[in-house]
Amino acid sequence: MTEHKKELFKRLEPKEYVTQELISNEEPKFFRDAYRRFKKNKGAHIALFMIIGILFLAAFGPLIGGHVYNEVITQHINLPPRVPFIENLGILNGMRDNVNIYLQKGFNDVYYWFGADGLGRDLWVRVWMGTRISFLVAFVAVLIDVIIGISYGLISGYYGGKVDMVMQRFVEIISGIPNLVVVILLVLVLKPGLQSIIFALMITGWISMSRVVRSQVLKLKELEFVLAARTLGASSFVIILKEILPNIIGQIIVMTMFSIPSAIFYESFLAFVGLGLQPPLASLGVLISTGYQSLLIYPHMVIFPVLVLSLLMLSFNLVADGLRDAFDPKMKGF
Amino acid sequence: MFKYITRRMFWSIVTLFTILILLFLLLQFLPGTPFNDEKLSEASKALLNAKYGLDQPFFSRFGIYMKNILTEFDFGISLSIQRNWMVKNIVLPRLGISVRIGLQALALGTFMGIILGVLSASKKNTWVDTLATLIAIVGVSIPSYVFALLLSYVFGFKIPIFSIIFNFNDPIKSSILPTIALSMFVMAQVTRFLRTELIEVLGSDYIRLVEAKGVSKFKVIYRHGLRNALISVITILGPLTVTLLTGSLVVEKVYAVPGIGSLLVNGILTNDYNVIVMIAFVYSALYITMNLFVDILYGIIDPRIRVAKGA
Repeated sequence: MTEHKKELFKRLEPKEYVTQELISNEEPKFFRDAYRRFKKNKGAHIALFMIIGILFLAAFGPLIGGHVYNEVITQHINLPPRVPFIENLGILNGMRDNVNIYLQKGFNDVYYWFGADGLGRDLWVRVWMGTRISFLVAFVAVLIDVIIGISYGLISGYYGGKVDMVMQRFVEIISGIPNLVVVILLVLVLKPGLQSIIFALMITGWISMSRVVRSQVLKLKELEFVLAARTLGASSFVIILKEILPNIIGQIIVMTMFSIPSAIFYESFLAFVGLGLQPPLASLGVLISTGYQSLLIYPHMVIFPVLVLSLLMLSFNLVADGLRDAFDPKMKGF
Repeated sequence: MFKYITRRMFWSIVTLFTILILLFLLLQFLPGTPFNDEKLSEASKALLNAKYGLDQPFFSRFGIYMKNILTEFDFGISLSIQRNWMVKNIVLPRLGISVRIGLQALALGTFMGIILGVLSASKKNTWVDTLATLIAIVGVSIPSYVFALLLSYVFGFKIPIFSIIFNFNDPIKSSILPTIALSMFVMAQVTRFLRTELIEVLGSDYIRLVEAKGVSKFKVIYRHGLRNALISVITILGPLTVTLLTGSLVVEKVYAVPGIGSLLVNGILTNDYNVIVMIAFVYSALYITMNLFVDILYGIIDPRIRVAKGA
């Protein structure tokens, strides 16, 4: 056996290592494959367009329709929905109990597309303003997942040992407390509103993401390519960023997508209970909560926000399902 | 096994204790005292002081608080809902109906979920499967309070079979709509989970062996497939409990069920801190017990978990 002299080996600097990495070009193919699989899933594809449509309406809906947010017109209270042109088809024509309320009251040229609420405010504008809140919460949930969840899972999984022990005990205790309790206690200390919802999401929202990331990292860090990178002299930071992260990006995207509907649900749920956004601000939950008190007489006040909320949740769930099947058909249970 | 169980129990107790500490700390930050009531006489003030140690320093107050809870389950007095009543006398009588509706929903949802899951997995990629998957995704997506509103509108108003709000004289019949509304999510989750699990089990080698022996399809699925698939369905019982707790709040609000969910909502709206704290504790205890139960059950059924987690 020939003797391996120390001079024969050269330790690579991290910089050289990174430039070598650029040669391999695996990721685009991975995403192309995933997209191909996603495209086959018709439900998820339709849902994606649905989300884009709702996003568009949330952005521009309040500008059209001819009414202003939070404008109170007392003569117009409880008016049923009436849309030009569609009214000729026999639906959304301002009728209630076979009487056209608009004509009865002499508002021949007034149109409330989704009707008006108990204070005479336009529900079309309020529903889309409320949808904006849902999207905002969704965005925050994604941000929390990405910033806290991923880094927590990466650190805990990669460093292992005592760090992992301590971090996992912490997660165990936090996840032992039901979300509901955390949120309620927070809202009691802070005031009900968007800030406390966001704060509550920050405490509980990242846990499942960190768990998935950790378990993936535990699996990956034992594999040969990580060992190879370490032998080549890559620092922990580079290994995490360049070797491990690209390999779990699929799971990360899927988990993020799943956290969106649950965050949207939480916001609307809190609003419904009276812990969320406070009227006169509108969120879908606030609208449903105020509308359901007069459900039997004025069902239109509940139907539209419920419809938008349900469609939004359904679409996000369908897209998340589609992405899961596209990225990792074997992943399940989340 | 013993080591595994003691370990799980230890962490459950630590969590519960942490929650108690958090709750106590929280109470210290909240504005107001029980002495806001002008009708309270000097004598009763002194009595309250002695019982809850409100004039004591921080740490002995904490000690007294813990002692009251651990020995008498006493979370103080109600501040607004039923003024000056012991909180436990308000909360505990309402616990029964909430737990009953929750358990009914869990049972109904699991039952329906198993049927849908089995149908969908055994008729994979047919219209039955598509329909079951569709029902499941709708069930997961639509919030329980929307179901509650829908059911009360259809079966309480349009076709008045059930009463819209909870009827004390007929608690069984009144609990049907809340149970259905709550069970939708359970059903959907069990269906989704069981479907993936059962498809995997049915694709394994030992199932092929059983099929090769000539066992009927029914027996293959029920005796050999479902039993193994159900083991992993147990793991979602914990998360489902949370959903049931969350759902109970809104569903009880919609139907005016006299349970702890609607009491909690009332407590929040009227700032009755002690009621909120006690219900928060009860919820946490229910959740932690459920998780402990699931972990131990799973440890008994599947030895691999015991080895991995108990080491």
